[in-house]
Amino acid sequence: MEFPRRSSPHQTGASGVAAVMRQVLYALVPGTLALAWFQGTGVLVHLAVAILVALGTEALVMRLRRRPVAPALADGSVLVTGWIVALAIPPLAPWWVTASAVFFGVLFGKHLYGGLGYNPFNPAMVGYVMALIAFPREMTYWFPAAAPGDWPVDAAAAIRAVLLGADEATLDALTGATPLDLVHAGTPPSGVFMLEAGPGWVVAPLLFLAGGLWLMHQRLIDWRIPVAMLGTMAVLAALLWLLPGERPAPLFHLLAGGTLLGAFFVATDPVSAATTVRGRWIYGAGIGALALLIREFGGYPDGVAFAILLMNGAAPFIDYCFRPRRGTG
Amino acid sequence: MSGPLHGFRGGLDLDGRRHTRDQAIRPGPLPRTLVLPLHQHIGEPAEPVVAVGDTVLRGQPVARADNYVCAPVHASSSGTVIAIEDRPVPHPSGLSAPCIVIETDGEDRWAPPLPPIDDPTDTPARVLRARIREAGIVGLGGAAFPTAIKLNPPADTPPDTLIVNGVECDTHLTCDDRLMRERPTEILSGAAIAAGMLGAGRVRVAVESDKPEAAHALERALEDSGLAHGPLAWTIDRIPERYPAGSERQLIENLTGRRVPPDGLPKDVGVITSNVATFAAIHRAVLYGEPLTQRIVTVTGDGVRQPGNLEARIGTPVSELVAHCGGYHPRVAQLVMGGSLMGRSLLDDAVPVIKGTNCLLAATPAELTPSAPAMPCIRCGACAEVCPEALTPQQIYWYTRSRDYTLADDWGVFDCIECGACAWVCPSQIPLVQYFRHAKGAIAEREKEQARAELARRRHEFRQERLEREKQEQAERRRRKKEALKQGKDDRKATINAALARARRKKSAEKED
Ligand code: SF4
Ligand code: SF4
Repeated sequence: MEFPRRSSPHQTGASGVAAVMRQVLYALVPGTLALAWFQGTGVLVHLAVAILVALGTEALVMRLRRRPVAPALADGSVLVTGWIVALAIPPLAPWWVTASAVFFGVLFGKHLYGGLGYNPFNPAMVGYVMALIAFPREMTYWFPAAAPGDWPVDAAAAIRAVLLGADEATLDALTGATPLDLVHAGTPPSGVFMLEAGPGWVVAPLLFLAGGLWLMHQRLIDWRIPVAMLGTMAVLAALLWLLPGERPAPLFHLLAGGTLLGAFFVATDPVSAATTVRGRWIYGAGIGALALLIREFGGYPDGVAFAILLMNGAAPFIDYCFRPRRGTG
Repeated sequence: MSGPLHGFRGGLDLDGRRHTRDQAIRPGPLPRTLVLPLHQHIGEPAEPVVAVGDTVLRGQPVARADNYVCAPVHASSSGTVIAIEDRPVPHPSGLSAPCIVIETDGEDRWAPPLPPIDDPTDTPARVLRARIREAGIVGLGGAAFPTAIKLNPPADTPPDTLIVNGVECDTHLTCDDRLMRERPTEILSGAAIAAGMLGAGRVRVAVESDKPEAAHALERALEDSGLAHGPLAWTIDRIPERYPAGSERQLIENLTGRRVPPDGLPKDVGVITSNVATFAAIHRAVLYGEPLTQRIVTVTGDGVRQPGNLEARIGTPVSELVAHCGGYHPRVAQLVMGGSLMGRSLLDDAVPVIKGTNCLLAATPAELTPSAPAMPCIRCGACAEVCPEALTPQQIYWYTRSRDYTLADDWGVFDCIECGACAWVCPSQIPLVQYFRHAKGAIAEREKEQARAELARRRHEFRQERLEREKQEQAERRRRKKEALKQGKDDRKATINAALARARRKKSAEKED
């Protein structure tokens, strides 16, 4: 009797890329719902737009590249990209901000470099930063403070605003500075917690933290990157805080803006992160330090995205420096 | 009774899938034909000492070991040699290799045994080594390195520890478990003989913690045999289940904390290891003069009807072994020699059981990873995390794919023990081990190529040199000939002159007279 030839191992235990991506999406759900609860239905509209554009762009590009479309859509990686972009777009921004950010991220951040696995930069961050640069005003349309369910516009109005655009007067009346903007305005929220600025700024990040911890527990992300990033950020923030002057407390930095979402869901993106063990410590620490420095001294409100992109660029060099030598390890 | 453990890096928690652990060892079939490959071990093939038509008895040597790194082959039943020819052998390439084919006569008559050595402790190591070699014993854990050589370490680093490897870390294997449970005394006796030969004072028997019966049987046998109170320091070590705990380098690190250098061997760190079945074979060869003609093989998988542990004759065609186990299930899809992580797939079940065959896995599609097309590497690093050799598999994979074999070598592809842990965890289902084998092959090929080129270059230079030398020699000869000729002319002239002179002198003398 004859049998086919196969290479060992003859069994494997991995569940596949799609399963990994699916779990990442599950882990994003609680934080996303909290964000929608505090920032309104617009969040969900952006999410829907992002998913549609992500799938559409992926399909289009794969077709143009003459590669099979279905497996690329099925691996779920592009959904993660779209989803994360959507979370970073303000809830009252018009839909085309999200659409162009996702399109740009998937096309330029991912496929121009060869597609899944070959992109040196995180596509979601590429898209987000593009939107930040191209649509600086629209990227500030956040509700200032929010209590649960206390939306300044009702769901229908929010959806209309996203899809059709809201008039300037309404926007000016509704949107306002986020806690991070206050840092730049020189009036950081006093006290350790941002609760003063409204629970909406704390609950969603904490739920992203929970999702990240779950991914860590499932061993789907490397714990070293978030630990190094958050640790470095906390230490540097504490140093600045101890200096004379008005500086936000370390805990503020850990909870503010995209810190926790970035630490667990973006910095840990394996494709664009450093891969060696020691390299990951350096990589995470670099993101933490850069994000903090940009926030405190840079021109943009949140530095996490820029920090991640900068360290993405440094990752191959970091890996080269920390490659395991023969016989060590 | 357990020594300290040091652990080892990386590895996997596998569910062992050991469906045959409760199957007691049962005798294998006496097949109509036995196929004995001349090359069943690491090293050079053995040389046939029988001819077609010869009748042979069980235990009679049919091929001898002419080289140092070699092992003789013995007939595993009585019968007639019907062919010495190429037959398919268990090799992943599916190639054929020279085999001695014996048609059995069904009587299974033994040749007279080698003279038993009753008191091994009183016998010089040299003699015991010769016996182990003569009995054709090789490592039965799968690697099949000739045991007599392993037991002959260099004098400058005498081993202090002998490790008896009872860790079957790959999936599906239970042959060693059964052997430890059923014949612990043979293993311990063989280990005592080996430790005595090596002068190692410490013997550590490593058993995975999911085999309490085996550990228990060994402990009882150690007490009952009196070995526990002998000169050797024994421990039965329960090793946590963690793949690849049974791999030699990982086992040594785990038990002794010593790391075998990448290019080194266990003996470099004062350790010798071998598998439990090897020690049982040593025991039988030394005390009873019995050559290696059989081994225990786990036949398992959902593709076979009555799985079990069989004491199979070496040379038994796999098809016959499976037939003896009730035959194939119709859904069988794949045949693997060895466990599912490190085993090699067989193309054909006509191949024989050889000395290194520990397991035959007849798998149904449900037992296999569906061969989904590999996805791109997402650089998740899961592979690097589990690699017990601290390699960065994704990087080596990358370089191999881009045919950058020099870099693959730089990143340590030759340190890869092909354990498959990386491929097991890879979410993109990339057959990493296949790539590493390919890279190793390509590098070896290139080196061979270079060696050939070097040889050709040297040959060319040598020829040039020889031509040059011949030319010079010719010139020299010519010169000498010329000189000789000239010399000859001169000689003649001189003779004439001398004659003339003599004549002149004569003349003048006549005048003076
Ligand atoms: S486990 Fe697979 S996908 Fe992950 S880094 Fe290794 S090769 Fe790439
Ligand atoms: S197969 Fe090689 S590279 Fe992969 S885990 Fe094992 S030793 Fe490491």
